[in-house]
Amino acid sequence: MTGTQLRTTVGTDTEFQPRLPLRRKVGAVFGALTVVAMAIGLLTLAALIVDVVRDGWTVLSWDFIRSFPSRRPSEAGIRSALIGTVYIMVLVAIIAFPLGVSAAVYLEEFAPKNRLTSFIELNISNLAAVPSIVYGLLGLGIFVRALTLGPSLIAGALTLILLILPIIIIAGREALRAVPPSIREAGYALGASRWQTVRMFVLPVAMPGILTGTILALSRAIGETAPLITIGALTYIAFTPKSLLDPFTVLPIQIYNWVSRPQPAFHQLAAGGIIILLAMLLTFNGLAIVLRARLQRQIRD
Amino acid sequence: MTAPTTEHRHIVVPPGSVALRIENLSVWYAAYQAIRDISMVIPERSITAIIGPSGCGKSTLLRALNRLHDTTPGARVEGHVWRNGVDLYAPTTDPVWVRRHIGMIFQRPNPFPKSIFENVAFGLRVNGYRGTVVERVEQALRAAALWDEVKDKLHTSALALSGGQQQRLCIARALAVKPEILLMDEPCSALDPVATMRIEDLMRELAKSYTIVIVTHNMQQASRVSDYTAFMLAGEDRIGELIEYAPTREIFLRPRDRRTEDYITGRIG
Repeated sequence: MTGTQLRTTVGTDTEFQPRLPLRRKVGAVFGALTVVAMAIGLLTLAALIVDVVRDGWTVLSWDFIRSFPSRRPSEAGIRSALIGTVYIMVLVAIIAFPLGVSAAVYLEEFAPKNRLTSFIELNISNLAAVPSIVYGLLGLGIFVRALTLGPSLIAGALTLILLILPIIIIAGREALRAVPPSIREAGYALGASRWQTVRMFVLPVAMPGILTGTILALSRAIGETAPLITIGALTYIAFTPKSLLDPFTVLPIQIYNWVSRPQPAFHQLAAGGIIILLAMLLTFNGLAIVLRARLQRQIRD
Repeated sequence: MTAPTTEHRHIVVPPGSVALRIENLSVWYAAYQAIRDISMVIPERSITAIIGPSGCGKSTLLRALNRLHDTTPGARVEGHVWRNGVDLYAPTTDPVWVRRHIGMIFQRPNPFPKSIFENVAFGLRVNGYRGTVVERVEQALRAAALWDEVKDKLHTSALALSGGQQQRLCIARALAVKPEILLMDEPCSALDPVATMRIEDLMRELAKSYTIVIVTHNMQQASRVSDYTAFMLAGEDRIGELIEYAPTREIFLRPRDRRTEDYITGRIG
């Protein structure tokens, strides 16, 4: 091939068999496989979106968003579910984020590296893999019954927080670990305490990574149905929660409810609900990505 | 890109056989041009040093010689680098092949997080070495003056070695695949004087059979080890250019260009 022209030293290529054309081909094959893998993911998502939009497009209207659910499909809307989801997500975000980040900071920056902490670390990873229904049962036992919060907004939010805390902690630790030790050393060398170094140098550098993990965790929470049904969230409510102790419903539960009805009109409503849920998810993620980009710019400039 | 330069340049053509002929080489990073229109001849089996202040494009020039810029998004190279009548930048030239023959040592020692043995054996494996790998690993480690220090711990992690040893391991790793040219990008800047001395001795030894191009910030190092020295400088427009190129003695004792003299006497840079 072309490369052999480069050969100059006597003997070099009797000793090596570089098989360049073969390696080029292998490289091209694996490159193509990565494209296929990416395309499978993307096409599935595209198919899902097209399918849902085709089914649900017709029911989307201001009335659909503004109305409470109803037995008559033409009058049914997602008001209570939409508001429930917003409340739940806000609660989850403002409680889970500081808790998760603090736990990650402790484990990564303060905790001594011994057998106890590695045991804790191992179990946090395990917790991230526990099925969500198990968290539902835990929430039912602790928040709903033991703490007598009932099937309320706050009980639902706390249950989802338990579910996503391990994810935020793991992502946070990865982000903190990726901060070069030289930055910490520079802080210590100027006489900063450990906490000052973490707050002023380490956390800002790690924050984009922490946010990425938090976005993923919140995206998971927004779509959860099983644990909330387990703790007793209603599938049909015609009012909006006024306090943290009021019963609630969320979009996935409302969608689930509609999908399980026999009438096709309700299936269209479900598709409409999915569009709203996806739109909310994209808005949440979009906001977080803007925030992350701004933080990254702050670090660089 | 071959616009004639207005000022007079002092760029010699070394006698003897040619390792690399650099022709009108310019490099851009996205819209920003890093070096402009560099032409020079690197002589075979000798050490050529590239000196100049920070930001003058020394490393950019060096990395153009084994097509490492191909791996940098946004980087663009114009011009030619000839080796034995083959243009390394011809569309038909495979950069993988180029790098297999033109090895590189980086500023910070970058051994793979594997054993000492595996670090040296990697290049042999990917290039389909036909001989006995164990023997070639030993040869390479001996050629890099590292064998005696590591022969009893070949299968321990390379990361446990000292900085100077790691750098010699990187040299051994490069030598194992029998390159013809070695590019060294400030190979001693992370090392102490003793380790630096050992690398410099090793370079003199290697120059008997290899062509070495070294970028260095350290002018004493350039004057100690190199046969030829190229002085680069970025002008008003911050684009690096080759100012003067001559035998090392000439550059350091009788620089022809005022700017070279200012630099080596410490007045600028």
